[in-house]
Amino acid sequence: MLSRRRTLAVGLCLCCLPSRLRADAPIVFQEVAPGIHIRRGVDQNASPANHDAIANIGFIVGGDAVLVTDPGGSLADGQALRAAIRAATAKPIRYVLLSHIHPDHIFGAGAFLVDQPNFIGHRGLRDSLAARGAFYQSHLNEILGPGRAGPIVQPTVPVNDTLELDLGHRRVTLRAHAPAHTSTDVSLFDHTTGTLLPADLLFVRRIPSLDGSLNGWIAQLPALAALRPARAVPGHGPVTVDFPQAAADLNRYLTVLRDETRAAIQAGRDIQTATATIGRSQRGNWLLFDDTNTRNAIEAYKELEWE
Amino acid sequence: MRTLAFVAVLACILTAPVARAEEDEAARAKRWHELAHLIFNGPQPVNLPGWITIDAPTRALDAALVPVTLTVADNRQVKSLYLVVDENPSPVAAHILFGPAADPHTITMRIRVDQYTDLHAVVETQDGRLISTARFIKAAGGCSAPGSEAPELALKSAGKMKLRFSNQPGAAHAELLIKHPNFNGMQMDQATRFYTPARYIKSIDVAYNGQRVFHLDADISMASDPAIGFGFKSDGTGTLAVQAEDTAHATWHQDFPIQPHGT
Repeated sequence: MLSRRRTLAVGLCLCCLPSRLRADAPIVFQEVAPGIHIRRGVDQNASPANHDAIANIGFIVGGDAVLVTDPGGSLADGQALRAAIRAATAKPIRYVLLSHIHPDHIFGAGAFLVDQPNFIGHRGLRDSLAARGAFYQSHLNEILGPGRAGPIVQPTVPVNDTLELDLGHRRVTLRAHAPAHTSTDVSLFDHTTGTLLPADLLFVRRIPSLDGSLNGWIAQLPALAALRPARAVPGHGPVTVDFPQAAADLNRYLTVLRDETRAAIQAGRDIQTATATIGRSQRGNWLLFDDTNTRNAIEAYKELEWE
Repeated sequence: MRTLAFVAVLACILTAPVARAEEDEAARAKRWHELAHLIFNGPQPVNLPGWITIDAPTRALDAALVPVTLTVADNRQVKSLYLVVDENPSPVAAHILFGPAADPHTITMRIRVDQYTDLHAVVETQDGRLISTARFIKAAGGCSAPGSEAPELALKSAGKMKLRFSNQPGAAHAELLIKHPNFNGMQMDQATRFYTPARYIKSIDVAYNGQRVFHLDADISMASDPAIGFGFKSDGTGTLAVQAEDTAHATWHQDFPIQPHGT
């Protein structure tokens, strides 16, 4: 397997890969709770140097199966994750969770086709990928280089409301959320360790990006807090955090975004003027703030002007 | 014009990279020259400063929603306005014909921008002259960018309208919002490998107490959920009547009573 991976890596031009993505330099995973291994994504935008390995991704090992969440931001990112799993356990990779539509989380899925796992996603992910997948793929190929994004992998098992999986003496619950960060968010709760993996429903340090519903996202945070997780693995940021504290920071940003957008609309300020200032007071609290905050303000304005 | 001259001067000082920029500039000028001949049959627009200004972000963060404001210096002389996105597949984003109830001082719109492009605004004066101005903006991918909802879902709420009156002093100004996915035929459905067929708002008519404010012919360069800001000669009472039609001949009509003190 390893030699096959090496061949693949050479096919992608080994010289261009940063050393930590090479097959012989495995990426670093932390075991944040027994059996839950997470690789921290870098706080950067996608680039040829980082292979879009910018999201926190990892895997959960149960008594008789492995669940992957998320598969990574590119084919190379997914291949590195798969190599790490194979180095850690021989148990079959039975489930690959695609936590939402965004490319930095799901374009590594192609690396797992060989395992013929159940690809699991929100009930809306199939349509959403149908509408956006090719666009994301071509955009990612433009950034990383031709063919490096990886294939579009559709979910084979939908999460309609909740879905219980048994990984072998290890029960996890997947929840399909109403539009929040995106319209296709799925969170995972591991009952064995009380660990919540909310994916991008929780951003830490990196500026949250809004692509679903601002009001919806704010509403999801108390619902997740009600699970009383022992710890949470955010989609971006440190591999494990205290949920109430991290959710409070996120909630502060989202409510400022909401309140300032509403106020601007009430005051009759047009979208261009309004979005130049909305949320700016939060700049010191987040990485990669400027562009994403303005896009968030545009999204918020579009949503809230219909209230 | 001023930018062209500026680049030409720079090209003498520096060399290669700027020379390319000059070529780009020349290519854009050529593009506009050809476009203008296609759009305007008779006399060609003349670039004159001071008549109309285009306000738009120099670098748009959401190419599928680029807000544009057109401001006319002397609103009494304006018969109609064109907004052209030179490099878009269908460049004429809007043609707005004003009526007696219009105050054509300021028009706002949200457009899609497919690649780095000049925007041209052209005023048609009451006496038949065409006067243009240009603005270069950096934005790309806005035409093929998929919407946030699945196509069938997005069409369900099509035609829902909202009118916001803004309380700017001295002029009655309103912004009309219309829910519509404005499919431009460039978004691919990856499941079927077919492009979602074009279906977009093609005309909007607004009248105030029975008198035309404007008639707008739109095209695929208009952003989804079109939003048009406009001024009108209000006496503080009565109704704004809105009629919109899309390319599938669906029509929507709604009356909005005037709210003199904002929303």
